[in-house]
Amino acid sequence: MISVRTKFAGLAAAAALALSVAAPASAELDPAHKGGTMRLLAVGAGGTIDPHVNYTLQYWQLYQSIYDGLVTFKHAAGTEGFTIVPDLAEELPSPADDGKSYTFKIRKGIKFSNGNELTVKDVVASLQRIFKVKSPTAGGFYAVIVGADKCLEAPDSCTLEGGVVGDEAAGTVTINLTQPDPEIFQKLAVPHAVVVPADSPMTDVGTQPLPGTGAYTIAAYDPNKQLKIVRNPHFKEWSADAQPDGYPDEIDYDFGLTDEAEINAIINGEADWTLDPPPPDRLVEIGTKYKDQVHVNTLTAWWYAPMNVNIPPFNNEKARQAVNYAVDRDALVNLFGGPVLAAPVCQVLPPGFPGHKPFCTYSKDPGEKWSAPDMEKAKALVAESGTAGQEVAVIVQDNAVDKSVGTYLQSVLSELGYNASVKPISSNIQFTYIQNTNNNVQISVSQWYQDYPAASDFLNILFGCGSFHPGSDSSVNIAGFCDKEIQGKMDDALTLAVTDPKGADEMWSEIDKAVMAKAPAVPLFTPKHVDFLSKRVGNFKFNAQYYWIVTQSWVQ
Amino acid sequence: MTDQTASPADLATATRAAHVGRGPWVTALRKLRSDSAAVLALFFFLVIVALCLLAPLYATYVAKTDPFRSNLSGKIEVGGETVPIMATSTEGLGLGFTPIGPTWDPTAYMLGADAQGRDVAARLLYGGRNSLLIAGASTLICLILAAIVGLVAGFFGGWIDWVLSRCLDVLWAFPVYLLAISLSIVLISHGVDIGPISINAGSLALPIFIIGIIFVPYVARPIRGQVLSLKESEFVLAAVGLGVPAYRILLRDILPNVTTTLIVFVPLLMAINMVTESALSFLSIGVQQPNASWGTIIQDGQGLLYTRPMVAMAPGIAIVLTVLTLNVFGDGLRDALDPRSKLRIGTT
Repeated sequence: MISVRTKFAGLAAAAALALSVAAPASAELDPAHKGGTMRLLAVGAGGTIDPHVNYTLQYWQLYQSIYDGLVTFKHAAGTEGFTIVPDLAEELPSPADDGKSYTFKIRKGIKFSNGNELTVKDVVASLQRIFKVKSPTAGGFYAVIVGADKCLEAPDSCTLEGGVVGDEAAGTVTINLTQPDPEIFQKLAVPHAVVVPADSPMTDVGTQPLPGTGAYTIAAYDPNKQLKIVRNPHFKEWSADAQPDGYPDEIDYDFGLTDEAEINAIINGEADWTLDPPPPDRLVEIGTKYKDQVHVNTLTAWWYAPMNVNIPPFNNEKARQAVNYAVDRDALVNLFGGPVLAAPVCQVLPPGFPGHKPFCTYSKDPGEKWSAPDMEKAKALVAESGTAGQEVAVIVQDNAVDKSVGTYLQSVLSELGYNASVKPISSNIQFTYIQNTNNNVQISVSQWYQDYPAASDFLNILFGCGSFHPGSDSSVNIAGFCDKEIQGKMDDALTLAVTDPKGADEMWSEIDKAVMAKAPAVPLFTPKHVDFLSKRVGNFKFNAQYYWIVTQSWVQ
Repeated sequence: MTDQTASPADLATATRAAHVGRGPWVTALRKLRSDSAAVLALFFFLVIVALCLLAPLYATYVAKTDPFRSNLSGKIEVGGETVPIMATSTEGLGLGFTPIGPTWDPTAYMLGADAQGRDVAARLLYGGRNSLLIAGASTLICLILAAIVGLVAGFFGGWIDWVLSRCLDVLWAFPVYLLAISLSIVLISHGVDIGPISINAGSLALPIFIIGIIFVPYVARPIRGQVLSLKESEFVLAAVGLGVPAYRILLRDILPNVTTTLIVFVPLLMAINMVTESALSFLSIGVQQPNASWGTIIQDGQGLLYTRPMVAMAPGIAIVLTVLTLNVFGDGLRDALDPRSKLRIGTT
């Protein structure tokens, strides 16, 4: 899953998913609760509304009720939401050609919100459109499709020849891969692979919504004001798992209030939910006075502080290890809102994730769990590294929580003997700024939320050589960590995942330890997600993949 | 003993005669001393300055805390009881945490803690040092620059006056805060690196320089006007006629006559500069972490307004008190040095 901001991911290892083959019977909605207008709030809009381009949780959360792909993540509560189910395809196809070919039979009778019927042509054109609009995951997720290399070189003339083959008479679309990919269904399930009409513009549509096949459609979008979503008049439910009908008639997503004002609006019943986390000073209030309206859910994500392994002082392994020993995770958990909202972490893979085996090397009492910081050891390591006294700037986003974490890290670095400062920069640019090696960022605060549940989505993406692009704003390996030996193990794990997913997960566990031994980052904590809803909202369901399933809740 | 037979007219004449022998500075000082409001304001201002200067002593020997180090897991003794500095909520869902509030005990978080578990009272004093330093130093820079520009432009006239006046016009054309914010964003985000001059992005020199620059037109203009008037006065014309060099006329005849004006500006400008510094620091474009100023402490307290309003209120009150004392003292000083009260800083 992605965060509110842009992020991209690449090829990954095996996913421990149960792939369902057929959708169960449709779940009936309670007609007594159907109707009404739901009002959602966010401080700002999420950028372009184009589903092939947008890479924010803010809109991915909504796209699941607006657009469909060949397959999708099940619209179910909890980790069942990681399950892949057929969507526009009648069923999940079995692999052919040694795992390099999949043929999808397209459902009939499905209509776009503009009234046109879905065809094989739309599916083929949509997969080509991923490359034509230069989707942020075109190279990362879909480069494995035959012909993708040419599409990446010359997007405008992309045909995916030999890679995506439509058969209108048979009603099928065949996707051919250059090599087996155990994560191909997950990649086809994310919004970047949804199907839009074949005659859609082959450029980013910006604020002009594209028709979709989901239960809802976007009626209007003004990033400075509102995103309005209404029922798709041509929608007929074909699978409650893939695209269930929803309760509200209309969803108004308003932008521009401050996070404090959003909380007040919800308390006063003027709005139903906010995307933004509650301000820290309101947590106690909403956790006591409005506790029945609060939902806290665990995320497969981490907050971490990547350290640039290529410039001083963190080109010294001992200096990096020292910071890991010195940081008090309990203190950071407090900064994030307390133990109910976060948990200390010492490793890359989040709890409950494929390949996760708990360990904590950088702790007063090393073991499976973090115990306390070891400042003596940390100071000794700094002394050994000979880096004390050097200037270090912590780069953070300019929001309250990030700045708090940055200020804390600055305090720890000062205690270790560095001449430390904290530099908050705009949330809009911090993520790209810290990626670009030209900015000589030494240490920063960042977060990573899964795209889909696979160990590679953390380890290979954040610490793989393939994700390190010096001088580029798109170098998500922020630490610039590239260890040939560890990369070799990652490549082996990716290959093994095709035939032995469990064996691959074992390998990822070892890779997790190997990466942390080199300490390219300080794991800070595993966050939890707070949803604060108005009194009238009922039937809250939290999907592990896309979080709150908005349309499955009612407002009357 | 007094002369019981002297008339009131005689007394007035005698008083005038006594004043004739005094210099203007003595007269001004006497007037200032007779202004009890100004004297009281000066006293309170000096108390504030003294308290801020004693910040290290307070932090080390009284509060026994490091106001620049996060203390999120610490505990302190309050009324014989050990309490955490950051209390995690145990009610309801247990969301959030609350820093310790004011204990009113100078030895234990007197004004409470901020979101990093730091002693607000100690930070308030340290922050005051920076706020006062920036306000004072920027006032000095502003007055020196304004004096140079005003003197040169007014005295030499011609194209020199035209060029300098247009430069002032350009500076004046920008709303003060817009100019300050623009300069701060450019300079404070990257620091300054021009040839041999290298100023770190977190250096206090940057807000001092920025604030010192932006108010130059507001002082230089009236100085220039005064110099234009002085230039036509008989003693200057006589000096010119005698062939006295220009620099000597400027330094010996004109500068002393504008000094009172410059002095009148000091407290008023310092008050304005302090408010400007606080505004910039509140916007994260003034004093940078780990340094503190009253503006940054207000910003720290912004996120605690619902639970610990003292974090933002304490520096706010400190700013109000300091600016009030400076303004009251400034008014008294103006009355003492410039009875005509014709010089005021324009609306900013």
